[in-house]
Amino acid sequence: MSTRQEVPGAMLEGSDLSYSVKGATLLSGVSLAIQPGENLGVVGPNGSGKSTLLKLLAGIQRPSQGEVRLGGKRLSALSRRDIARQVAVVEQHAQTGDSISLLQAVELGRTPWLSALAPWGDEDDRIVAQAIADVSLQHLAHRAWHTLSGGEQQRGHIARALAQRPQVLLLDEPTNHLDIQQQLSILRLVQDLPVTTVVALHDLNQALGCDRLAVMDGGRLVALGSPFDVLSPALLDEVFGVRGHWLVDPFDGARVLRLRAPESQASA
Amino acid sequence: MTSVSMPRSSVVRIFGHGAWAIALLALAVLAGVAIGETSISLPVIVQVLANKLWAAGFPLDPIDEGIVWNYRLTRAIVAATCGAGLAVSGVVLQSLLRNPLADPYLLGISAGASTGAVLVAIIGIGAGTISLSTGAFAGAIAAFALVALLARSSRGQTAAGQIILAGIAGSQLFNALTSFLITKSANAEQARGIMFWLLGNLSGVRWSSVALSVPVVVLGLLVCLWHRRALDAFTFGSDSAASLGIPVRRVQAVLILTAALMTAVMVSIVGSIGFVGLVIPHAVRLMAGVRHARLLPLSALIGALFMIAADVLSRTLIKGQVLPIGVITALVGAPVFAMILVRGNRPR
Ligand SMILES: Nc1ncnc2c1ncn2[C@@H]1O[C@H](COP(=O)(O)OP(=O)(O)O)[C@@H](O)[C@H]1O
Ligand SMILES: [Mg+2]
Repeated sequence: MSTRQEVPGAMLEGSDLSYSVKGATLLSGVSLAIQPGENLGVVGPNGSGKSTLLKLLAGIQRPSQGEVRLGGKRLSALSRRDIARQVAVVEQHAQTGDSISLLQAVELGRTPWLSALAPWGDEDDRIVAQAIADVSLQHLAHRAWHTLSGGEQQRGHIARALAQRPQVLLLDEPTNHLDIQQQLSILRLVQDLPVTTVVALHDLNQALGCDRLAVMDGGRLVALGSPFDVLSPALLDEVFGVRGHWLVDPFDGARVLRLRAPESQASA
Repeated sequence: MTSVSMPRSSVVRIFGHGAWAIALLALAVLAGVAIGETSISLPVIVQVLANKLWAAGFPLDPIDEGIVWNYRLTRAIVAATCGAGLAVSGVVLQSLLRNPLADPYLLGISAGASTGAVLVAIIGIGAGTISLSTGAFAGAIAAFALVALLARSSRGQTAAGQIILAGIAGSQLFNALTSFLITKSANAEQARGIMFWLLGNLSGVRWSSVALSVPVVVLGLLVCLWHRRALDAFTFGSDSAASLGIPVRRVQAVLILTAALMTAVMVSIVGSIGFVGLVIPHAVRLMAGVRHARLLPLSALIGALFMIAADVLSRTLIKGQVLPIGVITALVGAPVFAMILVRGNRPR
C-alpha cells in the first residue's frame, strides 16, 4: 500500500514525482498539491525542470515514479479525454505551419468534448466565442494564425485552452518573447482567470503576483510557499546565483525584488 | 435542441456532397473508358455495362465489349482508387508527422516493393508461383516493418522525427538492395521492364485488382475520417494533441498503419506512382482549408479524378505507346508543387 498521504481537497496533486529519460533524471521527488482557485507560480533557472513538472501534471508524460491525482483520482486511471476535459495546457513552444485562422485554432479546444454522438453544436460556438472574448481577440477571430503577433498568438493559445472549459490551466512561460506591455497584460489575464492556474515564469518580480510559488532547482522542489516568504536572499543566491533584496516602491508601497549579479563577478 | 437539429442538417449535407462526389467519379470513369487509342462511344459503353450488370442482352461487338469491361473499366476504377488512396495517405502522414514534404513512400514502402518485385521478376524467388504483385506487397510490408521497428528503437527527439529518419534509412537500404540485384542479375531487357513497372503501370490491372483496391481504399478512408478530429488536434504538434485529449501513440499507430497498408496495396497493384500523395493534399488544403472532415474526402476525390486523367493522358499522349503513368503525374505534379510552394510562402 502507498505510504503517501493525500492532501484533502486538492485539485491537482503530485506526490513523490520523478521522471527520467535515457538514464538522465530530470525530476526527482517532487510533491505538491494545488488548491482549488489558487494561482501557483513555478520558478527556477533554465533546465530546472519546470516544463517537465507541468507535463507530468498534465499527464502528457508519465512519471517514472510517484503519481499525479486529479480531483482525488489517479491520472493513470483516467482516459486522455477525461483529463483534457479538466486540465488544459498552454505550451512553451507550440507552432504550426498550417494556414489556420485564430477561430479554427480556438475551436480545437472543444476536441475533448466532441464525439460521433456529440457533434459540434451551437453550445460549442458559444463557448469558443466566449473564450475569444475572454482574451479580447474578437476583432481578430478570422485572421490567419501566422499573421498574428507573438502576444496575440499566446492569447490565442490561452483562448484554445479556455475553450476546453478546464478546471485547471497549466501555462509554460506564457510571457516568453513578448514585449513588456504584452507580458504584463498576459499575466494580468492569467491571474484574473476564474480557474485554478499553474504558471511557469522566469521574471521573479512578475511571479510575486502569484498566490504561492514553487521553486525548482536541478529537478527538485526546493521551496513552496508565499512569494515573499520563499524568495529569501539565501534562496536567491543558492538557486539562481544572484544577490537580491527587497525594496519598497514609494509609488504604491509594493515590495519589489532588486537583483544583482554576485559580488565576485562584479568585482572581477 | 439546436444541438439535435445540427447533426441532422450536417448528415444531410454530407450525403448531398457524397452523392455529388460519386456522380462526378462515375462521369470521370466513363470518360476514362471512352477515351483511348480506339475511342468508344458513350452509348456502347452504357450498353456494355447494362449487358454485364443486368444481362440486358444488347447485341455488341465482343471485342468492344472486352475492351470496355476487362481493360478500360478496371483500369479507370483502379486508377481512381489508387489516386484516392495515395492522396489520403499523404494527408494523414503530412498531418501526423507535421511535415509538408511527407508522402506515402516516406515509410520505405515503394523501396521495399521494388526490392520484392525484383526478387520475384529477376532472381526468380518463388519459381513462378508468386506474382510480381505479391512479391511487391511482401517487400513493401517488410520494409515498413523495418522502418517501424527502427523508429521505435531510435533515440530521436520526437516521434515524427524518428519516423522520418527511419523512413529515409529504410528507403535507402532497400533502394540499394534493388540496384544491387538489378546490376548483378538483370539483363537490359529485364532492367527496362522493372524500370517501367517502378514508374507505375496500370496495364496489368484486372477485376481481381478492383476487388482488392476498392475495399482497401474505402475502408482506409473511413478509418481516417473516423479520426478526423484527432488529426485536426495535431495542428500544434503531438504534445498539444495529447493535451486536447488525443491518445497520441495509439492514434499515430492506427493511422500510420492504415496509410502504410493502403499504400502497400496500391504499390503492389500499379507500382510506385509519385507526386500524387505529395501534391494533391497541398492543393486541396489551399482550396478547402486544413480541417480533415473536408480535407480527407476532397483529397480522395481530387486524387481519384487526377489519376484517371493522368491514365488517359498516358495512353493517348503518344500514339501507339503507353507512357508510365508516373511520368505523367511527375510532369504535372512537379510544376504544380513548385507553384504551391511559391504561393504558399506569400503571406495571404
Ligand atoms: N527528452 C529529453 N531528454 C534528455 N534531457 C531532457 C529532455 N527534455 C528535457 N531535458 C532536460 O531536462 C532538464 C529540465 O528541462 P525542462 O523541464 O525543460 O526545464 P525548464 O522548463 O525549467 O527550463 C533540462 O536540463 C533539459 O535539458
Ligand atoms: Mg521550460
